[in-house]
This record gives sequence, structure tokens and C-alpha cells, in this order.
Amino acid sequence: MDFLDYAFMQRALLAAVLVGITAPAVGIYLVQRRQALMGDGIGHVAMTGVGLGFLLSASPVWMATAVSVLGAVLMELIRWYGRTRGDIALAMLFYGGMAGGVMFINLAPGGSNANLTSYLFGSLSTVSDSDVTSICLLAALVVLVTVGLRRQLFAVSQDEEFARVTGLPVRALNLLTAVTAAVTVTVAMRVVGLLLVSALMVVPVAAAQQLSRSFAATFAIAVAIGVSVTIGGTVTSYYQDVPPGATIVLLTIAAFLVLGALAAPLARRRARAAAAAHPAGDPAECTIPATRGAGDGVGV
Amino acid sequence: MTEPVISLRGVRADLGSRPVLRGIDLTVHRGEVVALLGANGSGKSTAVRTVIGQVPIGSGEIELFGTPRRRFRDWARIGYVPQRTTAAGGVPATVTEVVSSGRLSRTRFGVFRKGDREAVRHALDLVGMADRAKDNVDALSGGQHQRVLIARALACEPELLIMDEPMAGVDLASQEVLAQTLKNQVAAGTTVLLVLHELGPLEPLIDRAVVLRDGCVQHDGPPPKAVGQHALPGHDHVHPHAPAGAEPMRTGLLS
Repeated sequence: MDFLDYAFMQRALLAAVLVGITAPAVGIYLVQRRQALMGDGIGHVAMTGVGLGFLLSASPVWMATAVSVLGAVLMELIRWYGRTRGDIALAMLFYGGMAGGVMFINLAPGGSNANLTSYLFGSLSTVSDSDVTSICLLAALVVLVTVGLRRQLFAVSQDEEFARVTGLPVRALNLLTAVTAAVTVTVAMRVVGLLLVSALMVVPVAAAQQLSRSFAATFAIAVAIGVSVTIGGTVTSYYQDVPPGATIVLLTIAAFLVLGALAAPLARRRARAAAAAHPAGDPAECTIPATRGAGDGVGV
Repeated sequence: MTEPVISLRGVRADLGSRPVLRGIDLTVHRGEVVALLGANGSGKSTAVRTVIGQVPIGSGEIELFGTPRRRFRDWARIGYVPQRTTAAGGVPATVTEVVSSGRLSRTRFGVFRKGDREAVRHALDLVGMADRAKDNVDALSGGQHQRVLIARALACEPELLIMDEPMAGVDLASQEVLAQTLKNQVAAGTTVLLVLHELGPLEPLIDRAVVLRDGCVQHDGPPPKAVGQHALPGHDHVHPHAPAGAEPMRTGLLS
């Protein structure tokens, strides 16, 4: 455990753990809404923020946060109003964001694409104290929203039309999800990089739901996977001198495959247990019940 | 006449550039069970979706419990059962988790108390799904899934139930449970507006039928018993005898 003696490793591990928690916590709602690639889109838009940060000599992290929040809100607005041409508008936003980043960074004095690389693929070892402070603040916000409003966000992401009839402020909650996702992208930017952010939002959730039957369990398992792979990837990169971002993403995909292999026998056992628990629930043959089945007790 | 629970006056609505409702009037009084009938594309689904604010209206007035819909905030009085296709998330969710969403309108800031959890359990009891509370909703048959969506609507103990095609693709056993659940709700004084393709097993419960055709009200009165379902324009059969566990039937009802 000698890596804990180094201040840069302590910062790197803290940043990595926070990303391991927040990325799946937001990602689960995006996956539930079937917008798994939204994080990727926000990552592209955030590049313009990083470029602007260099050009204006402002903090790239805060600039990227501002621009990606703006981009996420714009994406949500396009989703409401531009039903037919929505995907084209989103494509323009994504690639415009990427091109803007490259353009601004090259306009910045002494800037080149080399500066961008550490944001594209992450650069854990250069995380500074002020970066850690911003990451902690932003991560706290993300956890507050994704855990505190879990019932509301679940309802809106599961069935938007029904959520509206329960009186939930659907548009505000959708905007909040988009903004939270944007904040998460910038939290994760230094760790896995903008191009790999979406992997940490989506793959742990996909891995978790191979095992789980409930939303709550999926959430917990996805966050556990997220924390394990970010710590594992950071430590591996310390000993093996491999890029941490790529290591973390490859570990996440490995976790997906391993859990997938474990899930098949588990599903078979559950099916047997369910068959034993509900003998009258689902008749296997084509029998027409004379009256209601035993499992259909009607409370009066 | 008792106080109207739903009141539509001269409501027009367009989807894209196509007029779907051309000025319909519809009143549902307290305690009534009203069926909205009509062929695919007649505007019956759009009509209920204007009531809940899902489809914007071009002109006309909508009132819920005597309040203009735009100012209506008392959503806990309404239980809504959408067409089953709208409720599918990309992440597993248990029956209890889905039904709990229906209770949110009775909570403050989504914090569940003991009474809320009991209400969710009671709603599951009403549709006979209490024994499946911890199962993944994706593992249910079409009819069981529909019962879960009805439990979700009942979880807020609504005074008004709005249901869009509750019987579409539902197996016979679930149809009976649904009819019985609805009967108990009506007996307890709940007002019901339902979109139906054919009257089917709910026929004895229905006080009034409103038949839409091309976005206009064609008939408003007792359910058209004598002429039967076959007289309804463009009617479509739902065959409730598929084996349990089969894929939910797609019978072209998803208008």
C-alpha cells in the first residue's frame, strides 16, 4: 500500500472514488430513460468548455461545467420541441462542441491539441488540490440529487406521461437530470476523460442489471462496481504504468462480462424458485381456468 | 345532476397538422362510468390525453373538478392508467417500485411514511398482485403488467380513474380481475372514464358510452347494447385466450 504515501495518489484515489459513485448514480436514470449515450454527447460539448477555459485563462473544469450544463439544457429543449429533427440537431450540437473545443484551444496562446489530450483521456496524476475541491463539491451535488430525489426521478424516467398526471414537475426534473449528468461528466473528466465518461455512466448499470430485479439493487450494485473499478484502475495504473482512464473502462467491461457469466445460473435458480412459489400463477399448458386462479385473490 | 368531474367544451386538438379533435363536448359526472369508444384514429386516446394535459388543445375549455385544467393542481384526486406501451424503463424495477410511483402525489417531497407503504400494498391487494410485489415487472405477462399499472393508479386512492385501453392484450383471468376491481371501485363511489375498443366484460358497469368518429362525438348515451360491438366503426377483436406467459398481443389497438 505504498502508493498511499504520495499526495498525488491520495488525490487521484479520492477523485476516482467520487467518479465511481457519481457516474453510475446518474447513468442509471439515463439508461432507464433509454438515453444511454447522452453522457457521450455531453462529453463532446464539454470540450468547447475546456477550450474556452484555456482561451480565457479560466479554470477548464468550471468552464467545462458551465458549457456542458448549457449543452445539456439545450439537448433537453431539443427533445421537447424538435421531435422530428431532434437527432440531427443533437448531432450538430455534439460535433459542434467537439470542433469548438479544438478551435478554441488552438486559438489560446501557447495552446495545442496536446493540452486537450489530458481532458479527452483523463490525467489522474495531475489532479491538483483545487481540482479535488471542485470535484468534491460537484460530486456532493450529484449525490444529493440522485439519491434525494430518487423516487421522483425514477417515476419520470420510468413513465413520463404517468409522472405528469401525478403532478410531478416533469420538465424541471428532466432538466435537473440533464444538468446533473453534465456536472457528472465534468467530475469524471479528469479521471477517465471526456471520451470515456459515458462508459462509466452506462456499463456499471448494464453490468448490475444482469443480477438484479429491482431498481434499488441495480443502483447499489452499479455504484459498488463503479467504486471497485475506479479504485482498481487507479492502483493498477500506479504499478503497471498504464493510462488509468482506459484501465478503468476496460475493468468495467470485464466486470460486465464476469457478472454476465454469473447471471445465467442465478437466473435459472430464480426461475425454479419462482415456479415453486407460484404453482398456479402461470400454467404451462393451455388450460382454461374455470374461475379465477388461486393466485388471483381479489380484495374487497 | 351532480357536479361534473370532467368537462370538455368545444375541444379541438391537432397532432402535427392533422386535426384529431374537431370540437368535442364531453361531461363526466361524479360517480359515473363513461366509456369512450371509436375506431382507431377516431381521437378517443387523444381526447383523454388532452384531459390529463399530455396533448395541448387548440381551442375549447377543459375543467377538472370544476377547475380549469391549466390551474388544476390536485393531481392526487386522479388515477391514470396509460396504454401499457408507455411504461417501459431500461432498468429492472419491481412491482412495488412501479406502484410506489403512483403514491408520490400523496407524499411531501417524495418521502414515504408507513401509511404510504400500506397504501401501495393495499393497491396491490386490490388487483391480486400482492404475491408478486418483489418480482421484476418485465417478468410479468401482459395481463399481470396491466394489473400493476392499475394498482399504480389506485395507490393514491383517486376519486377519478382515467384508463386508456385497460383491456388491450389482457388474458381472460386478468380481465376478470380487472372487471372485479373496477366494480369495487365504482361501488365505493369512484368516477371512471375509460377508452375502450369494445365493451367486453366491462359492459355491465358502464353507465354511458360516448362514441367518437373522425374527432367528433357521434353518440352520447346508453352503451350501444342492441346494435352490439359489431356496429361500432372499424371495430377490432381482442382475443383473450392466448396462453399465459405469451407475448402480449399486438392487435393494432395502439392508436
